[in-house]
Amino acid sequence: MPTVPPDLLDGVRDVMPLHLGIVPFGLVAGVAAVEQGLSILHAIGFSTIVFAGASQLAMIELLGADAPLAIVVGTAVVVNLRMLMYSASIAPYFRDFAAQSKTVASYLLTDQAYALSLARYGEDGQTDRFAYYIGVAASLWVVWQLSTIAGAFLGAGLPPEWGFEFAAPLVFLALLVPALKDRASATSGLVGGLVAVAVVAAGIPFHLDIIVAAVVGVGAGLAVESLGGDA
Amino acid sequence: MPTSYDATTVWGVIVVAGVLTFAIRGSFVYLFGRIDEIPPQVQSALEYVPAAVFAALVFPAILVPEGAVSLSLGNERLVAGVLAAIAAWYTERVFVTIVVGMGTLWVLRFVV
Repeated sequence: MPTVPPDLLDGVRDVMPLHLGIVPFGLVAGVAAVEQGLSILHAIGFSTIVFAGASQLAMIELLGADAPLAIVVGTAVVVNLRMLMYSASIAPYFRDFAAQSKTVASYLLTDQAYALSLARYGEDGQTDRFAYYIGVAASLWVVWQLSTIAGAFLGAGLPPEWGFEFAAPLVFLALLVPALKDRASATSGLVGGLVAVAVVAAGIPFHLDIIVAAVVGVGAGLAVESLGGDA
Repeated sequence: MPTSYDATTVWGVIVVAGVLTFAIRGSFVYLFGRIDEIPPQVQSALEYVPAAVFAALVFPAILVPEGAVSLSLGNERLVAGVLAAIAAWYTERVFVTIVVGMGTLWVLRFVV
């Protein structure tokens, strides 16, 4: 019988505390899908095919608002752009992986898998990199799928007057706060948020608010960085 | 408000978004050797994406609940959002943020 590599078990153990944040997020993604008129199979499709919580939730909200499909997909790309950074930053450690391992590792790349694996690779040259990564990333995958499915089944039975649709912006709020780590990113967030409010309040159609706000907000962050020095 | 898109269209969106997201994740993992790293200016810009995007997803949801900006205490989403933001700041926990936000909403809606 093949034995489980110890580094894989380390990965599973290290990611366990993060599941506390993943479970409610996954529940909300499942509930939101059903509330916006999608099927339980759609909810599962989002979680298995896209497997990126924030973009799933944004797409589900936009589909519920009947936004144009190009905006729905464009928003998902914008929300996931940060993963370009992770991909570039972790690529040197994946260089020697077989092609299939690279495919699996790319599919499973998330904020948490990136952060934990990079920390481990940096402190220890002996780690079986793929095993550790799979321990973290695949257990996140399993927990994410189970919590989305649970949310989708739960969502069908929730009374509408309880306003569970408000849980989606609350998840984004929980993601926003740690992203405001310095003056430039705080400016980026404030400007992005206010631009989005202005676009929505002005009644500009097609739900362009997220994409416009992202462009202006990133520009504001870069401006503060170039002016302020201590970004 | 449920979507008007039919089931097949939604599947199309899921697949296209899934393929593009995979391409973003795999980009540098596959390109390595041809492109060594992200140019520093692009790297800087990408660092501000999460703050700008997440704020754009939060602000209208709490400040523009019914299509018009509402900054009054009568806007239950604004009150719940501010308390949830304070909870997020101190705990950095998704679960606590949801509990405080939904709890406040329910108190305002069913108790006050």
